[in-house]
Amino acid sequence: MAEAQNTPVGSTTAGAIAVAAESTVATRMSAPPSFDVADFPVPHGREEEWRFTPLERLRGLHDGTAVATGEGVKVVVEAPEGVTVDTVDRDDARLGRAGTPVDRVAAQAYSAFEKAGVVSVPKETVLTEPIRIAVHGEGGTAFGHQVIELGAFAEAVVVIDHTGDAVLAANVEYLLGDGAKLTVVSVQDWDDKAVHVAQHNALVGRDASFKSVVVTFGGDVVRLHPRVQYAGPGGEAELFGLYFTDAGQHQEHRLLVDHNTPHCKSNVVYKGALQGDDAHAVWIGDVLIEAKAEGTDTYEMNRNLVLTDGARVDSVPNLEIETGEIVGAGHASATGRFDDEQLFYLMARGIPEQDARRLVVRGFFAELVQQIGVADIEERLLAKIEEELEASVA
Amino acid sequence: MATLEIRDLHVTVEADNATKEILKGVDLTVKQGETHAIMGPNGSGKSTLAYSLAGHPKYTITEGTVLLDGEDVLEMSVDERARAGLFLAMQYPVEVPGVSVSNFLRTSATAVRGEAPKLRTWVKEVKEAMERLNMDSSFAERNVNEGFSGGEKKRHEILQLELLKPKIAILDETDSGLDVDALRIVSEGVNRVRETGEVGTLLITHYTRILRYIKPDFVHVFSAGRIVESGGAELADKLEDEGYEAYTKGGVSA
Repeated sequence: MAEAQNTPVGSTTAGAIAVAAESTVATRMSAPPSFDVADFPVPHGREEEWRFTPLERLRGLHDGTAVATGEGVKVVVEAPEGVTVDTVDRDDARLGRAGTPVDRVAAQAYSAFEKAGVVSVPKETVLTEPIRIAVHGEGGTAFGHQVIELGAFAEAVVVIDHTGDAVLAANVEYLLGDGAKLTVVSVQDWDDKAVHVAQHNALVGRDASFKSVVVTFGGDVVRLHPRVQYAGPGGEAELFGLYFTDAGQHQEHRLLVDHNTPHCKSNVVYKGALQGDDAHAVWIGDVLIEAKAEGTDTYEMNRNLVLTDGARVDSVPNLEIETGEIVGAGHASATGRFDDEQLFYLMARGIPEQDARRLVVRGFFAELVQQIGVADIEERLLAKIEEELEASVA
Repeated sequence: MATLEIRDLHVTVEADNATKEILKGVDLTVKQGETHAIMGPNGSGKSTLAYSLAGHPKYTITEGTVLLDGEDVLEMSVDERARAGLFLAMQYPVEVPGVSVSNFLRTSATAVRGEAPKLRTWVKEVKEAMERLNMDSSFAERNVNEGFSGGEKKRHEILQLELLKPKIAILDETDSGLDVDALRIVSEGVNRVRETGEVGTLLITHYTRILRYIKPDFVHVFSAGRIVESGGAELADKLEDEGYEAYTKGGVSA
């Protein structure tokens, strides 16, 4: 980046990065994890985990006033042969195993959903085609729950597409058996008014590999909370994220990798571009290396590219290490501006202004997209970025 | 034949809430095939001239005209000037994260030439140009100017000069910060472009050192925002011996 800026927490400077040193993962939470919404007080906005979020734009998801409507979201699952797709009741034993809601909206979703989706890939089944889950907002309010489970040594790619308009609170569980490999691409391509708050819990089995790619383009407020824990040693998690925050949008990605098991790896890379007045991106990257997690290897990085004045970034990497017996641990966060000097340089080589801006944004994201490792998804994302650029970099 | 005509150019810049006039009436004509060296002490306005011609938004033209083959350069946007055939090799090239050199060069060549160069010939063209400048092929995959040494930045500027083939090349202190080897390589690159006879060169420098490698047809002494003396290559020798003192003390009239 042209310049990395470091300013105190709570800075209102456009394009600033806030680095919290004093806060810990545990003290961020206003209540212990629970499946019951009643265990969480209604947030007022000053809590550590809510202080960046515009509560008044959550349409009541946080205070119990949001009520599910008939026309909430429509979910369509397309799965290759060999995959089991079930719709189950609340008391199904397969629900709630990957993690517990950690904030009021996630608990609200868990307390309010009526039916859950369970997609199971049997052990040793290696899929050659992705499982596609289309979540289309029909203009209403919905509480969702989705489980994606891979048996031992199963391999799958899952693409979850969010489109349309909805107010949605949800929990998504990823359960990886021993040696399983799961790549999940969650695309938030909502219409402008959508509100989407979700917690993703991944439980990574022994020697299993989990790759999460979170792509957020749309919505009024999107607040996602991908979390990873390990069920055995040798697990790997790669969490990639890409967001393009336009004027007025609030896009918040909060991550937790809990190294609760020895000899596991994690790598977090989130990149975002922002433009327009009151575009607000929040990135919280918590990595916890517990005392027993010897041999941990972890790295997390957040990069933001601020294209115009009036946009704001809050980026808070947080690494807590309770053992020194690790392979490596690091984090980086930088927010750079696409500045007038860069623009001048490119234009002085004959490149028109719009092309120059697109060139920079495309390059910024391409670096990350190339790491996804699934060719047709990479192509689709690059095309999507291109489309976003055509529409918005003007 | 391409001609750049600068007439009575006055330029101001905003600094510390005040407007300061940096260029105070510059007159200069550069023709295709000619090499003009502009020499002057620090703060005399040499770089302001370079950046004003390229259209940097920091500078405001308050008076005067700049014509390239009769076309009003000052009416053009920065990219239009480049496409019209003006090239500025910058003293401090800017880092552009996320954009590879190869992508940048191709995008730029496409813009300046008006069509995308054919891939096969383009790859060869870039490779050969890089070899001539002693640039490793891995260079093409790095991000523009990111982590480049001073010498690499300047070679990258001259690489662009060779590939974009402008009518008028303005080299702003291309020699600054280079060791002798790098200076020789960069100068050879400039000379290759000059030898085509297709380019008019405006070589802005503080030191006479580069003029041992690039022989100017004309030397102009710049002081306090205007050209105060013009002559042939021999004027550079005089500057080498006597320095800029005579000009900075205001003892010489234009």
